[in-house]
Amino acid sequence: MQRYSGFGLLKHSLTHHENWQRTWRNPTPKKEYDVVIIGGGGHGLATAYYLAKEHGITNVAVIEKGYLGGGNTARNTTIVRSNYLWDESAHLYEHAMKLWEGLSQDLNYNVMFSQRGVLNLGHTLQDMRDIERRVNANRLNGIDGEVLDPQQIKEIVPHMDCSDNTRYPIMGASWQPRGGVARHDAVAWGFARGADSYGVDLIQETEVTGLIIEDGTIVGVKTNRYGDIKAGRVGSVVAGNSSVVAKMAGFDLPLESHPLQALVSEPIKPILDTVVMSNHVHGYVSQSDKGDLVIGAGIDSYTGYGQRGSYPTIEHTVQAIVELFPIFSRVRMNRQWGGIVDTCPDACPIISKTPVKNLFFNCGWGTGGFKATPGSGNVFAASLASGEMHPMAEPFSMFRFHDGALIDEHGAAGVAH
Amino acid sequence: MFHIYCPHCAEYREEEEFHAVGQAHIARPADPDACSDKEWGEYMFFRKNPRGIHHELWVHAAGCRKFFNITRDTQNYDIKEVYKIGEKPSVVAE
Repeated sequence: MQRYSGFGLLKHSLTHHENWQRTWRNPTPKKEYDVVIIGGGGHGLATAYYLAKEHGITNVAVIEKGYLGGGNTARNTTIVRSNYLWDESAHLYEHAMKLWEGLSQDLNYNVMFSQRGVLNLGHTLQDMRDIERRVNANRLNGIDGEVLDPQQIKEIVPHMDCSDNTRYPIMGASWQPRGGVARHDAVAWGFARGADSYGVDLIQETEVTGLIIEDGTIVGVKTNRYGDIKAGRVGSVVAGNSSVVAKMAGFDLPLESHPLQALVSEPIKPILDTVVMSNHVHGYVSQSDKGDLVIGAGIDSYTGYGQRGSYPTIEHTVQAIVELFPIFSRVRMNRQWGGIVDTCPDACPIISKTPVKNLFFNCGWGTGGFKATPGSGNVFAASLASGEMHPMAEPFSMFRFHDGALIDEHGAAGVAH
Repeated sequence: MFHIYCPHCAEYREEEEFHAVGQAHIARPADPDACSDKEWGEYMFFRKNPRGIHHELWVHAAGCRKFFNITRDTQNYDIKEVYKIGEKPSVVAE
């Protein structure tokens, strides 16, 4: 792999940038792999990367039905934070946060991780009680966090309406300075390039159409373009389509796939240098380096795989943003998109063994998977390498819905992602 | 954006008046105390979540506040039929 550096840039400028190496190969798959990963989004690519880098397993294929990072990975609002309430999820997301902090260096690819801080606003007494409880829990887990009053918020975000003169006045916020944003497609590309450099085959435009299961053990996958591909272990990291893959394997998951919409405005001059989220009026906003406001809110209430949602959801989202930032009321929206997110009843992911031997699932990230990309890939790779779940992944078994050991983050850590 | 026919009001109304509740026809176990953890967990949490024809429960939340069922294609969002609780769907997946 050609390393990227300032010197390299200078060198290539002498040949008018015409001799850059391709970022990854486009190979024809082999007949057999040690590990096949279904789904070439951020989590799948990160899994492949850490399998090769940390566990020396390079005979790996990532099978993607579209193009790499063409799904939710490149269509989210890019927020990264780790201020979750419960120990299990706090540890997992903080593990991801620590990997984020060195990710650009590790991948030799600028993922533009910007720790500009994340504000979670409180608008009611109960919001404030929850925020104080969560910040205290975070600090006990070694995660940075502060409770701010409206005056302190005003100093950080002067354009936000922190007055009493609103329908839901801002009473305070939690503030995680290490949170922020990252450039989402660079994350997918960086992991893809890293995995490819270790010899992982990235198979694009190939759909897995079936699983080959013998005596309760998975031995391979069927594809639409390359026939059967044998595999020692299979990891499914297909987000919204997890239930579809689970059906191929003959079991149900505790998931429902919903459209989650987001939108970006026309580019405007720098006005917002942090991430603002509010559960109560329900919206979140940040400004990208390009200048567009990146806005999101909740899922559409119905299930669907159509990668689009309904207009009322957008309307509610924009209402919330204008409530917080009256100054944005005349900003025009440029683009809108809907991704399909697989939501779990307890709003926590599933990183788990399944009823089928050697078939592992990493799914259920719902509306907040992007922030966990490196951590999710890291623990899932460890689990695929050893065949036993990584200790950090252990509580996220799909069988917690049988034994009742749910990790109830819903509402507690902030529904908004 | 859906335009949904409420079988109770006998009228087409905008989606915003309704709320999707989830998978329809989930039968509560006849004797919950006799359920294993697995059976009860599957009744509570595990869902079909199909890509294609889906039977789901909706409520006319800002209207008559009554529940009814919709058969809908979750891929292209076509509403195939609307039917009352207790009735059987006429459109089913192959």
